Amino acid sequence: MSAAELPATHYLNATHGLKSWLLTRDHKRIGLLYLLGVSFFFAIGGLFAALIRIELITPAGDVFQPDTYNRIFTTHGIMMVFFFLIPAIPAVLGNFLIPIMIGAKDLAFPRLNLLSWYIYMVGGAFSLYSLLHGGVDTGWTFYTPYSTAFSNTYVIATGLGIFINGFSGILTGINFIVTIHRMRAPGMTWFRLPLFVWGHYATSLIQVLGTPVLAITIVLLALERLFHLGIFDPARGGDPVLFQHLFWFYSHPAVYIMILPAMAVISEVIAAFARKRIFGYHFVAFASIGIAVLGFLVWGHHMFVSSQSVYAGTVFSVLTMLVAIPSAVKVFNWTATLFRGSVSFETPMVYAFCFLGLFAIGGLTGVFLGTLGLDVHVHDTYFVVAHFHYVMVGSTITAFLGGLHYWWPKIFGRMYSEFWGRLSAIVVFFGFNATFFPQFVAGYLGMPRRYHAYPEEFQALHVLSSGGSIVLGLGYLIPIVYLLYSIKWGKPAGDNPWGAIGLEWETTSPPPVENFAAPPVVEHEAYEYAERAERLGAAPTT
Amino acid sequence: MSQEIRMLPEQASTVAGQVDAIYLWLIGVSVFFSLLIAGLLLYFAIRYRRRAEGEVGGRFDSSTLLEITWSVIPLVIVLATFFWGAKIYFTMFRPPADAIEYFATGKQWMWKIQHPSGQREINEMHVPVGVPIKVTMTSEDVIHSFFIPAFRVKSDVLPGRYTTLWFKATKTGTFHLFCTEYCGSEHSLMIGKVVVMEPEAYQQWLAGGPAATSMAEAGEQLFGQLACSTCHQDGPTGRGPALAGVFGSQVRLASGRTVVADENYIRESILNPQAKVVFGYEPIMPTYQGQIGEEGLLQLLSYVKSLAPKPAETAAAPDAGGDGSAR
Amino acid sequence: MSHGPTHEALQHQFHSLDQQRESSTLGMWLFLVNEVMFFGGLFAAYIVYRSARPEAFVAGSHSLDIGLGLVNTVILIGSSLTMALAVHAAQTGRRRQLLGFLGATGALGTAFLVVKGFEYAHKWHDHLVPGPGFSFPGPLGGEVEMFFALYFAMTGMHALHMIVGIGLLAWVFAGAWKGRFGPQYFTPVENFGLYWHFVDIVWIFLFPLLYLIGRH
Repeated sequence: MSAAELPATHYLNATHGLKSWLLTRDHKRIGLLYLLGVSFFFAIGGLFAALIRIELITPAGDVFQPDTYNRIFTTHGIMMVFFFLIPAIPAVLGNFLIPIMIGAKDLAFPRLNLLSWYIYMVGGAFSLYSLLHGGVDTGWTFYTPYSTAFSNTYVIATGLGIFINGFSGILTGINFIVTIHRMRAPGMTWFRLPLFVWGHYATSLIQVLGTPVLAITIVLLALERLFHLGIFDPARGGDPVLFQHLFWFYSHPAVYIMILPAMAVISEVIAAFARKRIFGYHFVAFASIGIAVLGFLVWGHHMFVSSQSVYAGTVFSVLTMLVAIPSAVKVFNWTATLFRGSVSFETPMVYAFCFLGLFAIGGLTGVFLGTLGLDVHVHDTYFVVAHFHYVMVGSTITAFLGGLHYWWPKIFGRMYSEFWGRLSAIVVFFGFNATFFPQFVAGYLGMPRRYHAYPEEFQALHVLSSGGSIVLGLGYLIPIVYLLYSIKWGKPAGDNPWGAIGLEWETTSPPPVENFAAPPVVEHEAYEYAERAERLGAAPTT
Repeated sequence: MSQEIRMLPEQASTVAGQVDAIYLWLIGVSVFFSLLIAGLLLYFAIRYRRRAEGEVGGRFDSSTLLEITWSVIPLVIVLATFFWGAKIYFTMFRPPADAIEYFATGKQWMWKIQHPSGQREINEMHVPVGVPIKVTMTSEDVIHSFFIPAFRVKSDVLPGRYTTLWFKATKTGTFHLFCTEYCGSEHSLMIGKVVVMEPEAYQQWLAGGPAATSMAEAGEQLFGQLACSTCHQDGPTGRGPALAGVFGSQVRLASGRTVVADENYIRESILNPQAKVVFGYEPIMPTYQGQIGEEGLLQLLSYVKSLAPKPAETAAAPDAGGDGSAR
Repeated sequence: MSHGPTHEALQHQFHSLDQQRESSTLGMWLFLVNEVMFFGGLFAAYIVYRSARPEAFVAGSHSLDIGLGLVNTVILIGSSLTMALAVHAAQTGRRRQLLGFLGATGALGTAFLVVKGFEYAHKWHDHLVPGPGFSFPGPLGGEVEMFFALYFAMTGMHALHMIVGIGLLAWVFAGAWKGRFGPQYFTPVENFGLYWHFVDIVWIFLFPLLYLIGRH
């Protein structure tokens, strides 16, 4: 790349001042506002994770009081799940990229988009305030009747924060779906869409269909606490397990809200760094929709030992097995994409390789948990903890970082240090495995989750895990330094530093306020590397 | 406890080996696919690494045959795993007919165990080796979960209803009993131990404690104290239905529905008698909510169960109680 | 692509008013799908508990005032009619009619809430509000409490949607007063109408489920 200059005006410098940011309706700026928000809540959640790992170094509960420890893991879970993992990729990268990728000037409802951010920040601040100022000790799952009749903590206030935040997700989901339906540039047919857009479309469907069920569940929980309606109270004829059904009806699909955008990012990165069309484009696109639909039918697999009938358990188990297939199909397709590709190993691709390794383990251990007889043993042990961290942290955060590194030059127009980028990816990979792999072993040995103190024989594994978490934490800190450094002092990246195909690479870096100098017209399929090379007269390799 | 790092917990029940077998099978599958994917990724990445700046990839980008192949192979594997896992699951939740019945009550933050012969223990459970044992459980407050890793069995313990699990210990020793459903401040202290003994040693242990009244006998006494026997007499003459042989049978209700008289039905009929009135009787029974604790309920339940017809007759409907009430 | 004369209501991200209207309407429909799922959670709870104790639910529904329920049903259907007429008036650019029908819709909606308020007051008076003070005559006693818990949760959520709806109506009315709507641009009226009809339909489900089924 030649030493390009940044364009004279772009979305970052078109207007100035705090007000121009806080009242912006530009999806790109709102994406950056979200980046600040999710980074903040990630830091809080990470801090609480560190406290958990400190307590668990020794078997005795000697650092914190039990009640304090219970508040710590609850805060960790709520911050990470609702305020980091669910919004991270869609609200930051999705917000920034979807309109550009489909050739639109903005999302369909820019004001609503800004409102979503404010709702998110208010919900997050509200939850955080009640978690720190008194705290909640129910775990992020709020199981009844503990949460309704026994816990003396700020359940309603925290629930209200999550309820408010739900609107943010719903509005963003509606905004994305409408934008993808109605705002595509001329020539951008459904099957020319980048897979990133397909993944976010599936995610948005879950947001719109699932989040309201969480909302009504929280409302019932609050009514029960306030007015003792008895809906979840066994002493008054209510059924506490109904809460679990309603909760998981949302919260299992919520896992797919976290993983589908991650898969969407990986599809883009692999296509760009193999310079090849994603293998089986249609299968990968439909796998996203398939995961979203099947995801709504498997909530009962969280309840194999909850007194649910064995027959219901059987049905949920077989559906869980089916949902594994589209995930497997995606992994095989990504692998096949490298075949006869032109593979290079810049930072985003290194993150993508890490993702594939961690997602493979996370996905395969999901099959362990879907297997009825085996789940009885590992349910609510560290095996589950390890599994969902491989999926939600190992896969989603790795993909988020990979995506952030891939589009960073587009977002800010400047490059970060390639050396530090690759190093951070490798440190994250090893730190992550050191932290969470021992937890599979501990879980199968019977170590229950949410234990503040534990029998001595598990100590060696917990020490390994805590040691790994130091490396992992370091891996997450390094990018903050070099990425922030690059915003000011990085080399100008040029419009298309990776030689990638996609509408986002056809505009300037950073893009102008309305994304394109002239409205784009789409004439080709996505990722046509070989075809474009032929059109330009250069022979493709391999 | 030894500090060596084990990969599998001790196998001390009949299902433990089955669970470990399917676990090892899935580990084998996982290692195979992880290595396959990792190997292919590395090979492709190196073989097709970019050698020139302007180079792009080739055109090989779809194959329906390949897609079908790598969908069907995992599908076959997971479905086989499903059937295998379901088989173990059904074994776990269908207690054998000759199982001895223990009772466990979860309470923040302890386990109260009662032997069929009436002995009580807190956070300890002595059981004989080689004998199938069914545990009927309930909670006095929040949801707990009863987990014995060495036996690979677990079931949630809910307030207001009964759940059961069973096991047959295969070796003597002391094993962990954990609560695995988060239940508040001292969740991590709600742990106990299961002591598996030779049958003779168990008998000695039982004899060593204070003399106890068996669960069914205690239930019979309570039945008299609460004057249940005034209405629930033998024969059809009472104002309430006779209870002999009721447990595990089909009961026709006033509303015309039929239900199986399992543990949860008996419980509901004591605490909330109007909910399901037996056909042909007046809804005159008062509620005993608040008058009987969980322990008393379990004793009454044992008594009602003991009124079941003798084993020779039960053969007619052996599964009725087992199926419906198991979960 | 046909570009009509640029309308003041056209936002920069759209290339035509048609595209803008289609987008808004699709967004509204998605929001209503989301609302269906919200009430779906309540209906699921209703189904679970009704099938567990059908007798108590029948007894509970007998104690509801079917007359007031019927009056409210008629009021709401009437308000849907006036709302549909309001949308038509907006499309045809008749401002006075639009204001009149919007006002009628608001009045009917308020009447519904007033009637509901009377019903709630009766229930309170009769100790039928779940909680420590609940009592229900007859053998089924406490069993009926769950029916009333769901009755208040479901009708309460519905009433909350009515209140929000009346607030939105005031906003649409203000826009109509300023003459912002006409044949070219009436999306807010139309979308608000969709919301209003949805809330009406929820009641059309609640009325038989709570008042009618099992009644004889």
